[in-house]
Amino acid sequence: MSTSVSERKESASNPFQPPQSARGIQRQFNNGCLIVFATLFALLAVGVLIYLLFYVILNGIRYINLDFFLNLPTPNGEPGGGMGPAIQGTIILVGLASLIGIPLGIFTAIYLSEFGRGRLANVVRSLVDLLTGVPTIIFGLFAWVLIVVPQQTFSGFSGGVALGIIMIPIVARTTEDVLLLVPREQREASLALGGTEARTTLRVVIPAALSGIVTGIVLAMARVAGETAPLLMTAFGTTFRNTSIFEPMDALTLRIYNFTLSPYQLQVNQAYAGALVLILLILITSFTVRWFTGGFRRRF
Amino acid sequence: MQEQVAVTDERGVIGRSLDRITTRFGRKPTDLVFRGITLLLVFIVIAIVIGVAVVLVVYSWPTIKAFGLSFLTNSAFDPVHNTFGVAPAIFGTLYTSAFAMVFAIPIGVLAAIFVVDFCPRPLRIPLAFFTDLLAAIPSVIIGLFGFLLLAPWLQQKGEPWLQQHLGFLPFFQGPIQGVGMLAAGMVLTIMVLPLIIAVSREVMLTVPTAQREAMLALGATRWEVIRYAVLPFSRVGIIGGIILALGRALGETMAVTMVIGNQASQPSLSLFQTGYTLSSVIANQFGEATPGIFLSAVIEAGLIVFIITLITNILARGLISSMQSRGAKGVRV
Amino acid sequence: MAFTVQHLDAWYGHKQALFDINLSVEPQTVTAMIGPSGCGKSTFVRCLNRMHEEVPDARVKGTVLVDGFDIYARSIKPRHVREHIGMVFQQPNVIPTRSIFDNVAMGPRINGTAHGSALRELVESSLQQAALWDEVKDKLDAPATDLSGGQQQRLCIARTIANKPQILLMDEPCSALDPISTLQVEELIGQLKESYTIIIVTHNMSQAGRVADRTVFFLLGKLIEEAETEQLFSHPQKKETEDYISGRFG
Repeated sequence: MSTSVSERKESASNPFQPPQSARGIQRQFNNGCLIVFATLFALLAVGVLIYLLFYVILNGIRYINLDFFLNLPTPNGEPGGGMGPAIQGTIILVGLASLIGIPLGIFTAIYLSEFGRGRLANVVRSLVDLLTGVPTIIFGLFAWVLIVVPQQTFSGFSGGVALGIIMIPIVARTTEDVLLLVPREQREASLALGGTEARTTLRVVIPAALSGIVTGIVLAMARVAGETAPLLMTAFGTTFRNTSIFEPMDALTLRIYNFTLSPYQLQVNQAYAGALVLILLILITSFTVRWFTGGFRRRF
Repeated sequence: MQEQVAVTDERGVIGRSLDRITTRFGRKPTDLVFRGITLLLVFIVIAIVIGVAVVLVVYSWPTIKAFGLSFLTNSAFDPVHNTFGVAPAIFGTLYTSAFAMVFAIPIGVLAAIFVVDFCPRPLRIPLAFFTDLLAAIPSVIIGLFGFLLLAPWLQQKGEPWLQQHLGFLPFFQGPIQGVGMLAAGMVLTIMVLPLIIAVSREVMLTVPTAQREAMLALGATRWEVIRYAVLPFSRVGIIGGIILALGRALGETMAVTMVIGNQASQPSLSLFQTGYTLSSVIANQFGEATPGIFLSAVIEAGLIVFIITLITNILARGLISSMQSRGAKGVRV
Repeated sequence: MAFTVQHLDAWYGHKQALFDINLSVEPQTVTAMIGPSGCGKSTFVRCLNRMHEEVPDARVKGTVLVDGFDIYARSIKPRHVREHIGMVFQQPNVIPTRSIFDNVAMGPRINGTAHGSALRELVESSLQQAALWDEVKDKLDAPATDLSGGQQQRLCIARTIANKPQILLMDEPCSALDPISTLQVEELIGQLKESYTIIIVTHNMSQAGRVADRTVFFLLGKLIEEAETEQLFSHPQKKETEDYISGRFG
């Protein structure tokens, strides 16, 4: 027989190629199942997102035009309407919210990272964490009961307050994270030069962490721009021009909500357009934030 | 007195002189002011947190006094007869959240396993981007998707198919309306999935390579490595993530309100029935609420949601932080 | 089992870590790998049970013949290789969520090679071979993390043995241990030699002198010299070997 040594060895029992046992098949099957399902489910998760995005984009893009950004909504689905006041309202509301959320959030973060030691700091940190887990409609209720009901009117102001409270923990957490990243040596250098704590924090620590802080603020603003529930009972929405923040005020999310449920197809179309605008906002902020924080270079 | 080293200073003479003064407590005046402002703002935040809880309790007091625990068992929000109860709302909340958990947990954990163990290098970052993006989509848009696409599809294709093939199960019996528990459950699954994926992913990444290598060196398959080394190690953190996701599902308002039908049905196991949740009750009823018992009933619904999510939140964070004390690195959610 | 390495190269991504390694090892011997940090001795050993390729972007080229069979053949699955070639790591890596018994039983459990009373006997004999039985026989259900560092490492050895390999690879097994535990493990190696072929990576030359029959010197990814241990230390043939041994570098 002219089989070579290695071939003969192959046909003799190779300990590294044991004959298939029931157990071996079982193990391979289990492993295969894992790979199949894990891949499938990951694709499912991404697939749903992409499907959703395309659905909104494709349906909404037809109705985006200049009118959309400028006009008032037309009554009962007559053509030509837009979401001008809604977009303006969202901008105003986010601005109001920032007035509350940014200072409270940043100073809470400063407290936790620079001054907080011991019991009080732990309490504060726990409370801030607790705040993040509360459904946002509760803050709407809070503002409703304290502002809307006594004043007997819905108002953009109460909406801004509700959104501002929502912003606080988001800003506080991201800011605290970046402040803690600033190396201790920088603070010590400033203090050693005779700087006050105030100056150290404001002139040294915060500038060093600034990009992270701005990122956190931008993310928080995008977050509250997408909120609907707390605005239902505070700003309430309106189909007229926004006149004052102490009157009901419209918002993009409220308008989308309203028009989605509308029986008039023309208004539903507008809802798609509004959703497209909102999604674009989220996409742009997510992408930009990741870009600037090197999230695209992050090693796993 | 401390010597002020010459540092470029635009604050002027008064500012610099102030810096030279050290108070009795060893602090400079500017520091006192700074600390004062910081503490003031922190106390405002504390006051807000406590305020929310207090307001909820105080304003729901009338209903608590009037109905006590029967608020949880009464089955109608009935302003006409002045009886209020949230039993159907609690049922709706629990049922839809349970549905979401049943699906989101296996899908989420397995998808996270894919991301951590199988994902080819170049796909890792886009995948992370997409999952984070899914988490950032506002719930009103998911609601739009649910109401305009999912519910009609369920009504025309999905639910009839289920009833035809699986109608012997109580879940798939009853009139088909498109909107209802199934639609709400599916929408909640979408909302909750990215959270589970994110937490599971972070937690599994902290498993030390040495553990994986221990199993590999024994001749384990990939699944066996995950089953015996990765999952046991990250179990606690994953459960924490699941509880967080549950909290979010229980409190979710907009997407659910838009697809659940907001109409009471005879409570049954049917997924096709319409109903409502605690949050959707609040969203729908606040406008009608007249001051008095009605208003405080709405607030009490809010109080219940608040308490439920508070509990899940505390539980979840406790679990996740116990993982951190075991050496896993910071998993911030 | 005897094995032969022929023309082995290994890479981490684009960086080549091993250059044309050729080596033969006789069965039931202890061979030590010595060399300065980063010389490739650990990489080499991890190529022997196909662990190197688990690192992302890692690559191996060449032949490793074990009893005449090339473990890198296309048709061979790495996990079957690892059932016969076991590895003990630098840091004891017991599975913390499992008991002492479960840790040792892990290999046979997943491979399905023993059940019930056969499994219990296997665990006992493995622990005895690892010189740990007397210390743990009363607390087999205690968590593995209850043990001290030295005990955990011996537990890892027992776990590896329970899988009934023919070759034992040890990657600096004593570097995380105190001197007493180190001595215990070295004694263990002397006993295990009768049943297994052992490769041990060590940065401690006197350890090589104590336990190894033959010693191999690595430098910068290349196999510089290989000889009977006494021979290598007293009459090194290559200058690099001599420099390393006399402490001129590394």
